[in-house]
Amino acid sequence: MNIPTDLKYAASHEWARLEGEVVTVGISDFAQDQLGDVVFVELPQVGRRVKAGESVAVVESVKTASDIYAPVSGEITAVNQALLDAPEAINSAPYGEGWLLKIHLSNPAELAHLLDAESYRQVATES
Amino acid sequence: MDYTPHTDKDIARALKVIGVDSLAALFADLPEALRSPPIDLPAGLDEVALLAHLRALAAKNCAEGPNFLGGGAQRHFIPAVTAHLAMQSEFVTAYTPYQPEVAQGVLQATFEYQTMMAELTGLPVSNASMYDGASAVAEAALLALRQTGRRKVLVSRGVHPESREVLATYLHAIEAEIATVTLAELTTPVTAVGQDVACLIVQNPNYLGYLEPIAALAETAHAAGALFVAAVEPLSLALLKSPGEVGADIAVGDGQTIGNPLNLGGPSFGFMVVTEALIRQLPGRLVGQTQDVDGQRAFVLTLQAREQHIRRSKAKSNICSNHQLTALMAAVNLAALGPAGLRELATASVARAHQLADALRTAGLAALTDKPFFNEFALPVPLNATVFRRLLAERDIHAGVPVPPEYGLGNAVLLSASELTSDQDIAALVTALREIRARARPLEAAHD
Repeated sequence: MNIPTDLKYAASHEWARLEGEVVTVGISDFAQDQLGDVVFVELPQVGRRVKAGESVAVVESVKTASDIYAPVSGEITAVNQALLDAPEAINSAPYGEGWLLKIHLSNPAELAHLLDAESYRQVATES
Repeated sequence: MDYTPHTDKDIARALKVIGVDSLAALFADLPEALRSPPIDLPAGLDEVALLAHLRALAAKNCAEGPNFLGGGAQRHFIPAVTAHLAMQSEFVTAYTPYQPEVAQGVLQATFEYQTMMAELTGLPVSNASMYDGASAVAEAALLALRQTGRRKVLVSRGVHPESREVLATYLHAIEAEIATVTLAELTTPVTAVGQDVACLIVQNPNYLGYLEPIAALAETAHAAGALFVAAVEPLSLALLKSPGEVGADIAVGDGQTIGNPLNLGGPSFGFMVVTEALIRQLPGRLVGQTQDVDGQRAFVLTLQAREQHIRRSKAKSNICSNHQLTALMAAVNLAALGPAGLRELATASVARAHQLADALRTAGLAALTDKPFFNEFALPVPLNATVFRRLLAERDIHAGVPVPPEYGLGNAVLLSASELTSDQDIAALVTALREIRARARPLEAAHD
């Protein structure tokens, strides 16, 4: 199970990478493995304001369809359009080409509520 | 099939396994008020007496005589092979078996139904059918609201009044807005659509029977970023441009006319066919073709992540079933007729309706518009439309669905004809209309 130590995680299996005031969001290696082959992704409108914990995207695999929750509050500044044609990137590169969306943070204090790699490993192991 | 599933012996055996002495003991814990009361039924009849009884009841139906009833359901020819094949015991089941391991036949038949509906409507993706035309219209509106994120639906008054009632019921529940476009000279005016509109819904031919400027209406909807929903009469697609050809995003309708009898006003089926861009928003069952582990062609339910058993409250629709048997009737019927046969049937139906209109005009009985119609049209009548229909029924002629007051046509009825309409039927209707008009004149004079 690949859990990079430079990222933050939500217990609902999203990862968050902070760069300046923008957080890039994807799903963890554990999550993509549990979902199986991803066949479709529903992405939000750029410009939408979201609250931490709000459903912002849907990742559909051959087995199921799962909501993706915003790990932090803010405004959606970008979505990964390439996934619409190649959703399998979520399986092959969950922390790279498989990123889902970017959120411009409105409340940096929320980052403290996210898990570090070690805590997330525990959550994933117990899932 | 045995209509008595449990014999006394079965019951005794079950009671022994459970470990109680009698049925009364089994149900002893149920309060008296909740137990089935005894039903007062007459004694059983022998076969001869039963047949005589049922024949006497059936004789009360008035299925014979000239029939010009339309308004959403029409009598059409259905070859004997249709019911013969569709009523095979493998197809006639209380519930649709969806498991691919045991239901390849049903799934293949449904796949073929979907393929035929896609060909007929000129759009690529058909679901496995819906409850009826009205709920299909409502589901199309819900789809458009989801897809566009807008909260308003524009619907032509030319859409069947009952479809609009069902639409209002569905949209009321989700607090979406409906605006109705009033007809101008019996068809939908092509006017600009607001940027807040999710979809424009137009029926073709419209409720009064007339052909809509469907391509121009699709264009005006698209100009506003709205979807265009074509509510169509499937038989008409044998002759008219398909919804796909005129730019519709969604085609919906009721499938009764392409293979189901009137069923005493009972079950029919709805259909919905969409563009590929809308496939993830499509409600209902969808059968797809795939390969099994041995590389053989196989059929399965597909894209199920849209549906309730996976997405629960976030499913695209709460429909999780279809009208399998009546949709199958249509599939068998379309296959039996073939494209040429369907065109012949539709052409004969149109020809008879125009023959009827001409006969009425010649007899000086009609003030008809010159607008093109398919196989149905509106006729002004000199007295209350319901009374008019009753007067015809007394002459064993079934005709004249009253046009609702919202159309502003005064006393008017719908008349439809089909390939089953004969010269004699038309002559009988003209004669009856003459008599009724002659009787109505003195009444009109008395009111003046």
